[in-house]
Amino acid sequence: MTEINRIKGGLIDRSQTLNFSFDGKSYAGHAGDTLASALLANGVRLMGRSFKYHRPRGPLSAGSEEPNALVELRSGARQEPNTRATVAELFDGLVANSQNRWPSLAFDALAINDCLSNFFAAGFYYKTFMWPKAFWEKVYEPLIRRAAGLGSMSKLEDPDQYDKGFLHCDLLIIGAGPAGLMAALIAARAGVRVILADEDFRFGGRLNAETFEVAGTTGADWAAATVAELASLDNVRLMLRTTVVGAFDHGIYSAVERVSDHLAEPLPGKPRQTLWRIYTKHTILAGGATERPIAFENNDRPGIVLAGSVRAYANRWGVTVGDKVAVFTNNADGLRTADDLKTKGVNVVAVIDSRNGDEVINSSGRLGLKSITIRKANGTIETVEATALAVSGGWNPNVNITSHHRSKPIWNDTIAAFVPGKDGPKNLTSVGAANGVFSTHGALQSGQAQAIATLAELGLKIKSTVLPKAEDAPVSIKPLWHVNFGKGRAWIDLQNDVTVKDVKLAHQENFASVEHLKRYTTLGMATDQGKTGNVLGLAIMSELTGQSIPETGTTIYRPPYTPVAMATLAGRSRGKEFKPFRLTPSHHWAKEQGAIFVEVGMWLRAQWFPRAGETHWRQSVDREVLATRKSVGICDVTTLGKIDIQGTDAGAFLDKVYANTFSTLAIGKCRYGLMLREDGIVYDDGTTARMGQHEYVMTTTTANAVTVFRHLEFVRQCLYPDMDVQLISTTEAWAQYSVAGPNARKLLSKIVDQDISDAAFPYMGAGNITVCGGLRARLFRISFSGELAYEIAVPTRYGDALIRTLMEQGKEFDAIVYGTETLGVMRIEKGHVAGNELNGQSTALNMGLGKMVSKKKDAIGVALSQREGMNDANGYRLVGVKPVNKTQALTAGSHFLAKGAEPVLANDGGWLTSMIYSPHIGSHIALGYLKAGDQKIGQRMRAVNFLNKTDVEVEIVSPHFFDPEGERLRG
Amino acid sequence: MANHALKSMTALGAATPTVLNIGTYRITECFDVALASLASRRGRENDVAKLAAKARIPLAAPSHLAAGKTFNSFWLSPAQWMIEADFTKHEDIAAELKSLFGDAASITEQTDAWVRFDVAAENPLPLFERLCNVDLATVPIGFASRTVIEHIGCYVIKRSAKDITIYAPRSSAQSLLHAIEVTANSV
Repeated sequence: MTEINRIKGGLIDRSQTLNFSFDGKSYAGHAGDTLASALLANGVRLMGRSFKYHRPRGPLSAGSEEPNALVELRSGARQEPNTRATVAELFDGLVANSQNRWPSLAFDALAINDCLSNFFAAGFYYKTFMWPKAFWEKVYEPLIRRAAGLGSMSKLEDPDQYDKGFLHCDLLIIGAGPAGLMAALIAARAGVRVILADEDFRFGGRLNAETFEVAGTTGADWAAATVAELASLDNVRLMLRTTVVGAFDHGIYSAVERVSDHLAEPLPGKPRQTLWRIYTKHTILAGGATERPIAFENNDRPGIVLAGSVRAYANRWGVTVGDKVAVFTNNADGLRTADDLKTKGVNVVAVIDSRNGDEVINSSGRLGLKSITIRKANGTIETVEATALAVSGGWNPNVNITSHHRSKPIWNDTIAAFVPGKDGPKNLTSVGAANGVFSTHGALQSGQAQAIATLAELGLKIKSTVLPKAEDAPVSIKPLWHVNFGKGRAWIDLQNDVTVKDVKLAHQENFASVEHLKRYTTLGMATDQGKTGNVLGLAIMSELTGQSIPETGTTIYRPPYTPVAMATLAGRSRGKEFKPFRLTPSHHWAKEQGAIFVEVGMWLRAQWFPRAGETHWRQSVDREVLATRKSVGICDVTTLGKIDIQGTDAGAFLDKVYANTFSTLAIGKCRYGLMLREDGIVYDDGTTARMGQHEYVMTTTTANAVTVFRHLEFVRQCLYPDMDVQLISTTEAWAQYSVAGPNARKLLSKIVDQDISDAAFPYMGAGNITVCGGLRARLFRISFSGELAYEIAVPTRYGDALIRTLMEQGKEFDAIVYGTETLGVMRIEKGHVAGNELNGQSTALNMGLGKMVSKKKDAIGVALSQREGMNDANGYRLVGVKPVNKTQALTAGSHFLAKGAEPVLANDGGWLTSMIYSPHIGSHIALGYLKAGDQKIGQRMRAVNFLNKTDVEVEIVSPHFFDPEGERLRG
Repeated sequence: MANHALKSMTALGAATPTVLNIGTYRITECFDVALASLASRRGRENDVAKLAAKARIPLAAPSHLAAGKTFNSFWLSPAQWMIEADFTKHEDIAAELKSLFGDAASITEQTDAWVRFDVAAENPLPLFERLCNVDLATVPIGFASRTVIEHIGCYVIKRSAKDITIYAPRSSAQSLLHAIEVTANSV
């Protein structure tokens, strides 16, 4: 098929032929075509099937408001469902397929729904599928879900990249029609920073679709010349193919730039789309208006197109929708379509102007319009052969973005449409057709006036200039919402298949409020947000209720203005790029050793270090534990939060944030600290060392490093602003390693330049040292493992060298390196609490650390920790747990039950918080919170886990499984 | 530099800093930078100002970098600055500053808390408008701001119209460079 409906003129580049396919059939179009214009040029009017009734549909519009012509664009992983053919820019090799039909577009088996339309009226899903009740989940819902939806997903990973970015300007202008271009010109010449964004791939808006002259030349040429001037100015950013999709707080707008959608695939490295966040001082909305149809029986056939769009196809794309075109209008603008088509030699077979009493009452043609039936004012009825019907029911200003802050549009009787309300987003004003000013002169004038007003607010005084001469026809409209004739269905919302009958039914069933109407009928709830159908629906409701349209009101719009792909919102945050990762100083060395890594927050920590012959992680971990307890093991603990706290009130400050006392800590010593929340629950724990008179280094858990720092800043700035305290994080500045085991001191002595004997550097000692011949370092004698242990820190750049040195020097002690699993095993053996016990619900008393909460001073959380309910003698206490049968495994999360007790909530005694296999004990062991646990040491209970179906007899023991007297760590 | 046996490693895990040329952008990892935070003790702000002037350490105004002959500073928070110096000459910058400011200020070594990337280009704006929410086109030369790049808290400093510095947490160096790299490619 050749381009049988291509007519003369238009703004397409006929020298460039672009080949494409639709439903497997090949066609040709030209650069500047959309998929819809190219298909229409080739005589293809049928482009889709409707959502509910599977009615044959063709494009209703020529823009982003399109409800019908939705296709699956591209193929393979790039296939994108629900793409509007009216805005899909044609490129060579484009592949498109129709959707929501089976087996073919011309013969769709699900069109049976159309014959069953009585069962699918508004709210049918609230009334049907009610019996039998059991069928809902198993039968009805799966069936409905299968039938629902439009296009299909490729289910392949999107191969393209999506970017995001931030833009700043003085003035954002949304829409580059006559009003937007005029406003941009005035503002740009004044030197302010202007962003002009338009969703189209050609600036000019309706100037490209009309035949009016502007300043003695065609509108399109005037637009092109204006754009050329704007492009020459450094203070202007022109953004084609960019839809401003939402207005947010504080002058922030989001915009989607379709960077590569007009290409078969993006250029290497380039994104397909970019989501911009635009920060602007002022915004001018010049987004134009959207035409609406008139509802009449069978008004949804392919070939029935909005009159302004028929004009756009003819004037911009050189296409006629059909060879015999009729025009049906309730306003003067619709007549322009007839005039333009006649000028281009298109056969206009009828002009039906409802202002004269004539109406179209029906249409025929199964897969495309063949004829229309007209009822004349004198009552005569005649049928006219037509392959296209241009319909105009008037124009709705595109108020959408003005509603994004919940502003209600205001009804304007003169144009029979809603215009922007007065309480829209701050510093946003609407001009031109978006503000209900429909003539070209009016658009130019309002664009200029608003630009001058905006510049004045920005402190620039600009005089108005002579406007380019343009048409200034007044609006002449006599509202006609639907033709009251016939018993068939007349469509309002074509995307969701909402008809006049549905509105009547909603009214009959008392869903008369516009908000109820919307939800009961789904009017305006499709992806087009009812751009063409909403006003029609509420106007018909107002007729039914006898209320005026302003009294009936309108629903409002939410972002996004047009659909935005999830990929665009996600941007680069996909897969592993969803969040950045943090590498420890020993990461590269650990990788060389074949370490298995685990995500701990954003950190990648070595979990264990498998060696040759070890086929199960437990083998590696058991080896690491035993080797550490036998000689010496090294672990990267850099991830623990480190906060430098200085100032003359540093000690007093720590007394406030810790439940125990730190101001009395001697210089060169560490102390374990317990931090409470205001409500008395334990917030975090860690050791803090006093490095000088007014200088402390606090360590936090890895998980709470950020939140504790934030908490300290809050305390410093808000609770105790008079204290002399300075804080800064040093987590990343120091590479810190735990060196633990009986030979830890011997190993460290080989690299530390100072004496670290027990006498010179006793348990809980801390200090600045040097290593390896002079490198500044820090040493803390603290132990999480229960062994003689130190934590040694060097500037991070030397962290890799230090681990290599420690391992080299440790060869004579069979030193090993261990990961987080071994760390966990040893701390549980020692009975230290960690994340599983610091669960945001537990008190110091629960943890067996109640005595650490000093009553001698006021500290955050102490008062509320004294509440009666938190000091129940029979409350949870940390206990150790061992299986009676040592061969039985325990499961973390198991609940304690007394032997013989029913497994019901009332008998729940608590739960196992942490569980490991202890190679030292030779069985699984666990920590747990047990009610009155301190009174149950030595008792036997059950640890029951319904999820894992385990029920193990356990013995309650002290949580200190290993070296309870602490002799090893003081050695 | 200290005389010891340990070899340093860059934040990207190499012996020498990384340099990338992507399109018109030259991205350089700057390794030889010593950093320390300088925070006035409460009520000692005037003392700190005097001592800084005496030591020829310019203290930057809010949102700014102040360049000096030996030391630069950029503003972190009220009465707190990050002091920059040449690492090869001032590796132990914290000790050096402590000797200059005594008990008037709290000094904390920050050298290896950060990775620094310098981006040089005839026009770095298209890259940075995709990276962060700083309006580099309008801020003056010497502007310094805390911002976020791909979830990573950073400082961005406009050293000249063609030279922008990013400081980010050292442990996130690889993630940050990846973000800069793919974004530079996408411009």
